[in-house]
Amino acid sequence: MRPMSVVVTKVCDIFAWFMVVFGALIINNGHNTPGGGFQGGAVVATFLSFLLAAYGSRRVFAWVRENIFGFMACFGPLSFFVFGCLGFPHSFFFNSIAVPEGGQPISDWLPYAGTISLMDLSVGCGVVGALSMIILLMYKSIHMVETGEGMGGERGHDRFER
Amino acid sequence: MSRHLPAFLIMTPMLGAFLSPLAVMLGRTARNAVLVLFSLATLVISLGIVSATMGGNVLVYVMGGESYTLTMPSGMAYPVRIMFEIDGFNALMILCVAAATFAGALFSVAYMDRFSGWKRYMSLYFMMATGALGMCATGDLFNFFVFVEVSSIASFGLVAFWRDKPEAIEASFKYMLVSQIAAMLLLIALGALYGKYNALNMAAIASMARGGTLDKIVLALFVIVLAFKCGAFPMHTWMPDAYAEAPAGVTCLLVTVSQASFYGLIRICFSIFPGVGGAVVPWILIVLGCASMFFGVMMAVVQHEIKRLMGYHSISQVGYMLMAMGVGLLAAGGAEGVYGFKAMTGGIFHMVNYSVYKALLFLCAGALYYATGTRDLDRMGGLVRSMPWTAGMFVIAAAAISGLPPFNGFISKWMIYESSFAVHPALTAIAMITSVLTLASFAKVFQAAFLGPAKAALSGVREVPCAMLAGMAALTLFILLLTLFPSWFTSRLFDNAAHALLNHQGYVSAVMGGV
Amino acid sequence: MTDSSVKAIAKVMDSVGDSAYVVVALIVLMALYAMLTQKNLLKVSIAISVMCSSVNMFLVLLGYRAGGNIPIHFLKGDESALMVLPTPQCLTLTAIVIGLATTALMLSLIVMLRKHYGTLDIDEIRRLRG
Repeated sequence: MRPMSVVVTKVCDIFAWFMVVFGALIINNGHNTPGGGFQGGAVVATFLSFLLAAYGSRRVFAWVRENIFGFMACFGPLSFFVFGCLGFPHSFFFNSIAVPEGGQPISDWLPYAGTISLMDLSVGCGVVGALSMIILLMYKSIHMVETGEGMGGERGHDRFER
Repeated sequence: MSRHLPAFLIMTPMLGAFLSPLAVMLGRTARNAVLVLFSLATLVISLGIVSATMGGNVLVYVMGGESYTLTMPSGMAYPVRIMFEIDGFNALMILCVAAATFAGALFSVAYMDRFSGWKRYMSLYFMMATGALGMCATGDLFNFFVFVEVSSIASFGLVAFWRDKPEAIEASFKYMLVSQIAAMLLLIALGALYGKYNALNMAAIASMARGGTLDKIVLALFVIVLAFKCGAFPMHTWMPDAYAEAPAGVTCLLVTVSQASFYGLIRICFSIFPGVGGAVVPWILIVLGCASMFFGVMMAVVQHEIKRLMGYHSISQVGYMLMAMGVGLLAAGGAEGVYGFKAMTGGIFHMVNYSVYKALLFLCAGALYYATGTRDLDRMGGLVRSMPWTAGMFVIAAAAISGLPPFNGFISKWMIYESSFAVHPALTAIAMITSVLTLASFAKVFQAAFLGPAKAALSGVREVPCAMLAGMAALTLFILLLTLFPSWFTSRLFDNAAHALLNHQGYVSAVMGGV
Repeated sequence: MTDSSVKAIAKVMDSVGDSAYVVVALIVLMALYAMLTQKNLLKVSIAISVMCSSVNMFLVLLGYRAGGNIPIHFLKGDESALMVLPTPQCLTLTAIVIGLATTALMLSLIVMLRKHYGTLDIDEIRRLRG
């Protein structure tokens, strides 16, 4: 994809970050509004597709490192699991709305929404990583169809003889 | 600790899925250890769940709090939380899924060793197991939808795992189209139920449903959708393709995913909408069952490719279960409880048998493919001398699926014959014809693959590695146990499961508390 | 949300009535029709996306209750107004993201099919496979 005109790139410079901010807002407020890590993460990941559309593939691929997204996609779910286990005397993950009237929350250092808000953060991290990686890989695959480069390197998966 | 068993059941394969990228980076030993140990742990937990539900107990587990309702300051109580509800019937299905997961994982250790892409393979494998277990365990309809999507998205990826084969990509695409349509219709049905009852909890809906027009429409949608997903006759086209093209360890798990959809169908017909629609629903199930049975086996007989042949046999086996459950549902509404109960016990027994021997058959087919490099029966021959263990286990599984007398398949089929005869003799006739054709077809497979003169092209073929044999042996052991102690299993597990299904009030009151 | 805007929305929804559900049903049927008749794989995947969106529309419609307020605790404003139970909104958000994941996977499969067969036409693919 070629870079678009100066107008588009300038607008992208100014506004693309708001997508990340909006996504972060959805992730952070997941415990008391509709939304959460899954949905907010999807909003944040559109940032990368915006950049790809405005700046073109060459500059974007010079900027981003796929390994970071891979790390996020791996780290997010694991921390999700750990945060979920924090609620364990009660159940897997804990939600403070579940405290019966007059009951005490399980621990004084957990935030007031229980473990839900922490789990939102980690799910958000995982989804941002995974969806950004999907966007990058799908973009690369278009390139692969046109030029045939980037294939190989996998055992038993890459015969395209037809 | 035992209170948390349902949560551990979902957490274990999920942690396996999240850990697998790390484990693959650490090397081959760590990878194999994670794959086998986590699936073994799942199997152990599912055994714990089966023993906890044995005396007719119902395990209820609420995620995120003690009670499943949210009480408003005004005093209104909303059933909002995600919860798991496991009775005798779910527990059996969970055991089947876990056993297939374990066997498929053991098999995959050696089978997939020469391929790259292990990170994805392991993560998706565990996610698919999580989805199937969740579908069996959940007590909330929207959660059921989410688990359906988890297991089906993971299985799309796994069916297309060998992406150098155009057939695999096509099979995955076809499967995806069918299950996306099904999932969207499922979501419409859920939405309609929510709009009417303001609840998505299965027990809460069951306590409120009275069989109005909307209930009937929703029930029809559910039957269509889940018949799509479990591969009943007119909607079966995705099934042989997907089963044939997936790696063998995955096919073994795909069988149980379709079983989990079948579980959903049965749960909705028996526990949520009992008696809605009168005799129409059971007769639809019976007709679907007969059609799947007969046409499935007819299409299987002419196949020359071993995994497609087994895929068509799966359709006919699903037919047996549909028919048995239809007969059971028909009798549950009327006075003739005895044969209905027998039909349900037989149907549940057959579900367990089917998931075990079908998984074993697919693993045997995978072993043949691994050793010979072909799936075409015409190019195999004389393999009994070079692969005696595979041949022996194939014989056991084939005898079980065709219902030869000492084996478990015979016992469950006999129960289905007896009870369906009471409804209409023609049903029994169709079932018996199907059984004979199944026997003929598997005799042909055995003769073509294992007997006859050894082919010159296959002279270098040797027995498959120990890990693959171990995976198959685990399932063979299960079949032999079911064969040797059928009365113990029937009296302790299958009767209990049938009681749990028929006891609609018990399912509701375990959650709602004595309604 | 202020009281007057709630009233305005209620007025609009009153005039729309049940015809909104008819629109949803029409879109679902259109998507099904396109799925069954189109030969181009990309168009089939578009039909699936349309179907996802129409189902989401259905869920959002179900979430509307006359006179209810938005289910956001700190934006509620008027204490006496009834809050709507946010379950349908949550269902919709989840369904949207699941639909996104499926669409991405489906497009990837289409790319692979194009690479194998050099065409996106279903009949052509069937012919090439023979």
